[in-house]
Amino acid sequence: MEPFLLSSINTFVTEPLTHDFMRKALFMSSLVAAVCGLLSSYLTLKGWALMGDAVSHSVMPGVVVAYALGLPFSLGAFIFGVGSVALIGFVKQKSRVKEDTVIGLVFTGFFALGIVLVSKIKSNIDLHSILFGSPLGISLSDVKQTVLISLLVVVLLSVFRKDLMLYCFDPRHAKTVGINVLFLHYLLLTCLSLAAVVGLQTVGIILVVAMLITPGATAYLLTDQFDNMTMISVFSAIISSVIGIYCSFWFDLETGGSIVLAQTFIFLFAFLFAPRYGIFKFKKIFSNYK
Amino acid sequence: MEKPNYQNYRIDAENICVDYNGKVALYDANLRLKPGQICGLVGMNGAGKTTFFNALTGFVNISKGKIRINGEPLRAAQKDQTIAYVPQSEGIDSQFPVNVWDVVMMGRYGSMNILRCPRESDVQAVKDAIRRVDLTDFLSTPIGNLSGGQRKRTFLARAIAQRASILLLDEPFTGVDIRTEKLISELFIQFKNEGKTILLSTHDMIHVREFCDLVLLINKTVVAYGETSEVFTPENITSTFGGISPDVLFGPES
Repeated sequence: MEPFLLSSINTFVTEPLTHDFMRKALFMSSLVAAVCGLLSSYLTLKGWALMGDAVSHSVMPGVVVAYALGLPFSLGAFIFGVGSVALIGFVKQKSRVKEDTVIGLVFTGFFALGIVLVSKIKSNIDLHSILFGSPLGISLSDVKQTVLISLLVVVLLSVFRKDLMLYCFDPRHAKTVGINVLFLHYLLLTCLSLAAVVGLQTVGIILVVAMLITPGATAYLLTDQFDNMTMISVFSAIISSVIGIYCSFWFDLETGGSIVLAQTFIFLFAFLFAPRYGIFKFKKIFSNYK
Repeated sequence: MEKPNYQNYRIDAENICVDYNGKVALYDANLRLKPGQICGLVGMNGAGKTTFFNALTGFVNISKGKIRINGEPLRAAQKDQTIAYVPQSEGIDSQFPVNVWDVVMMGRYGSMNILRCPRESDVQAVKDAIRRVDLTDFLSTPIGNLSGGQRKRTFLARAIAQRASILLLDEPFTGVDIRTEKLISELFIQFKNEGKTILLSTHDMIHVREFCDLVLLINKTVVAYGETSEVFTPENITSTFGGISPDVLFGPES
């Protein structure tokens, strides 16, 4: 029995790795998950979940226009991502409408524009892959773009790690000690747009917000240390990607959906069993817990 | 370090106005404080106390007027780590995943390099500050696990670690235990002797009488300003609180 079990586990793990597209999908999804997971700590602490949703949806027309013009789609997505945030800020300031309403209004408007553009511009844009992601069919040029953008975001978040943490925690103190708060605000927004761009390839526009908030929320339940939180967040995001892709391979499931569902299950697990903040507080079981 | 013609004043705020999207929060406010002075900022909720602090820290831009710190513009004072702000308890996310050490170290960020790597001197400053507020046993305690008083002391330690010469404290005595209250009072006397300038907002009239040299009564603008003994009169207080007598507001004990 045991050798059979071992060999079937072995097959389960190694068989997908014999396919080129699977190796690529695993690598890309893990990379994207790491980037989104890293950013996710900041977004959940800053309370920018809705902003993440808005930016990720707003990049839609940018992607379509870039495809139509033959430009790198990340460029179009970035412009519309940052543009949506600027527009949200403008409408909020110039009208009496409340912020969450403005956010909902602007991003659905952009998203609708994107859908209309897809139907109007007759090209080989695959609406399905934009909406739901297609990690199994990423082209080589997309791989290069994604790797570059991911590296950029990781470098930016690493260099300004402590400043961004302070910005999320106590922007007034940051300002008082002469740190450029406005710069940090736009830096975080820029990283958010870039992460949305890379994230939409694996899980698609609709679900990319999950990549940007779920890992951070999971980590937040498991630790009281910021550095640990970013590590747990990145780790849980990568694990989810791998689980999601394997499940999608073996059980023929939608890949993006599987990845996000895996993240949701990990969150659920933390929600129930986190030592300190879970519903069943297992604090006493971990005797070495301070 | 101070320029000779301004050396009398550590804070010099002249006719400052602040408005949020057209709504006036503070207008024509003046304040002049010298080294070693403690000034109480008293006013109703919404009278502009926090706005005044925001203006002095540079967190909001003033639409009119001038702020000079040691005779220099605000931006220079920020770069020199001159001003420290101790937020009121509601002003911070107590569930944020940082511990006492992390928060106090934030007081050093402004004088560190871009990566905010602590040097030996920063570590020492943080240790000293934590010792002064008596939290040495809580170095790695997450701020969410502290009591209100301990959390207040943590932020006070951050201001100490910053080595600022101006301390702005928003409601330092609200929601703290007796021990913390006593410790903060003692620290204020030490700060005064060190020549630091302190501006604190408070709801407690007893504290004002106890250790504020000066008092600034505000209600969108300065109602009265001067020596506590002269300015802190029932009439002035009543007019600051819009015609309501202080007994009604604070109970007979104040």
